[in-house]
Amino acid sequence: MEKKKIKILIAKPGLDGHDRGAKVVARGLRDAGFEVIYTGLHQTPEMIVNTAIQEDVDIIGLSILSGAHMTIFPEVLRLLKEKGATDIHLFGGGIIPDEDKEKLYQMGVGKLFDPGTKISEIVEYINNLFKEKVSE
Amino acid sequence: MSNKDWEELEEAYKKWEEMVKDLPECTLPSFSTISNIPVKKVYTPLDIKNFDYLRDLGFPGEYPFTRGIRHTMYRGRLWTMRQFSGFGTAEDTNKRFKFLLSHGETGLSVAFDYPTLLGRDSDDPMARGEVGVCGVAISSLRDMEILFDGIPLDTVSTSMTINGPAAVIWAFYLLTGEKQGVPFYKLRGTIQNDILKEYIAQKSYIFPPEPSLRIIVDIMEFASKEVPKWNTISISGYHIREAGSTAVQELAFTLMDGFTYVEEGIKRGLDVDTFAPRLSFFFNAHLDFFEEIAKFRAARRIWAREMKNRYGAKKKESLLLRFHTQTAGCSLTAQQPENNIIRTAYEALAAVLGGTQSLHTNSMDEAWALPTEKAVLIALRTQQILAYEIGVTNVIDPLGGSYYVEYLTNKLEEEAYRYFEKIEKMGGMVAAIKAGFPQREIAEAAYRYQKEIEEKKRIIVGVNEFVLENEKIEIPLLKIDPEVERRQIERLHKLRRERDNIVCERKLKELKMAARSNENIMYPILECARVYCTLGEIINALKEVFGEYKEEAFF
Repeated sequence: MEKKKIKILIAKPGLDGHDRGAKVVARGLRDAGFEVIYTGLHQTPEMIVNTAIQEDVDIIGLSILSGAHMTIFPEVLRLLKEKGATDIHLFGGGIIPDEDKEKLYQMGVGKLFDPGTKISEIVEYINNLFKEKVSE
Repeated sequence: MSNKDWEELEEAYKKWEEMVKDLPECTLPSFSTISNIPVKKVYTPLDIKNFDYLRDLGFPGEYPFTRGIRHTMYRGRLWTMRQFSGFGTAEDTNKRFKFLLSHGETGLSVAFDYPTLLGRDSDDPMARGEVGVCGVAISSLRDMEILFDGIPLDTVSTSMTINGPAAVIWAFYLLTGEKQGVPFYKLRGTIQNDILKEYIAQKSYIFPPEPSLRIIVDIMEFASKEVPKWNTISISGYHIREAGSTAVQELAFTLMDGFTYVEEGIKRGLDVDTFAPRLSFFFNAHLDFFEEIAKFRAARRIWAREMKNRYGAKKKESLLLRFHTQTAGCSLTAQQPENNIIRTAYEALAAVLGGTQSLHTNSMDEAWALPTEKAVLIALRTQQILAYEIGVTNVIDPLGGSYYVEYLTNKLEEEAYRYFEKIEKMGGMVAAIKAGFPQREIAEAAYRYQKEIEEKKRIIVGVNEFVLENEKIEIPLLKIDPEVERRQIERLHKLRRERDNIVCERKLKELKMAARSNENIMYPILECARVYCTLGEIINALKEVFGEYKEEAFF
């Protein structure tokens, strides 16, 4: 049986216009064989979660360089729960100090990647996640 | 040189090339500039065979200004040391301004938060979590008054990175000056007001291109009459580069944006010499030292030539490409952040050797947060060391005449003209932007650069080589007080309670009428700002008339 491609939503929440990283990561993940959707700019948490559910994605990756991560990540998590979509994994990247990372990990956010991350590390992370899911 | 001399030189060069061609080279994985221009081992007169000193360089302060726009350059006056600053509330940033001025900063530069950059008030639902985080929150004239409290605006020049809502923020500033007793004509400073690069790179656009350009021409016209010392647009390559462009793309797209503003002004019937002298530029200083210097030199030469020949500018001031530089934020690494001090120092040196008029040096912690006082002080000291200790300000354009630098200057110029031609064929910059052309070129270059780093074709110290395992970041980071948002919203609500809301309504209505006509929109915006209509209210009124821009998402 042919394996279904892992489907990823790369999203830019809030007013942040720094989209270089989001686009580079989206493209890198596509080149690595994933199915990738990119939301474009200025998305509210509602818009992101709705898109994720409509498009039936496996993972959401949030790119945040604006410092609004402590507001946006918890809100996306809350909406995923509210809409019964907790099977969708949430991870992210951007400028997120270690201290905040710890807090977000405790809330249930997946890996948060720093500037300077190799795309291959993100690919490996996603593949491992799904290996675990399959073996569960 | 005579033909015989050239032949002799060519022969000697070939002989040398033959001799060294098999010697191993191993210091770097690739020999090209950061922008992928291949470079040779060595440059000689053969690489600038058509070089004509007077035509290509001339003297400092003389056409084509390759060597600099002033006769005396830094011997006459140093560049302005201007650190881009802003965080929290107006009070927080006012304190930072005073701190920097007291340590020898010579100009101010305001960083606004995201809601302000997008013309939204601090209590806008989209602003949640972003108030005062990336910059200072300014929702009304009241906030602006606090921002410059105790800073006499006739003694300092202020640069404001504001684009979509530039007209409104500028109105707040002009009125703040007026309240201090400084008339408009005495105020000095810059509004970025470069909307084209917002669609291309920085993405803080509000209205579609056509009404945006109309507002910009309104501003140029208003300034030429009322605020003659103000720089009305800072045509910016900085953000284009930060979005991942090459040096050539930064140069070409920025100048092309500049030409577009000039053409819009001329279309309005303005005399080019009334507004061109107030156009200024803003470039990035990235890591490739010589490429950056060549870029600045090429920019000056191209601008002078085109302003003179294509747009018929007569005044010398119209030909001068005056520019601010910021060291490359995207070159800072989150890993081993102290190393960023070194990167910034080299980049700043390139900006100075390239003849910048004004400079911002990034702080070492800016890959993580807005800078702490300590970090920004080191960044400012970096400039002061450059200015006073190492002798680079003594001689103008000291790299002029270097075979390599002249070759690269020519090369960047040639490549820029190739882009100009392509964009003109597409129907100009606005058409090219709507077709997504510069955006795609930049995204391509950004991806290529990332791949080069991953494949170790480029080495970034601390990132893909010389990595510290399990590194812990040990520098202190600036934290924005979560109370900022609440305090800012409280102030805004108080303002709405205390002002005359009926007058505000009327002024906003008049603004909409003006927007629908071809009246200069600066006058009604000033009227609205004066009675404390908020940024969001003014922008929303204009959105009703002009609509909003939405970009097509691609990657």
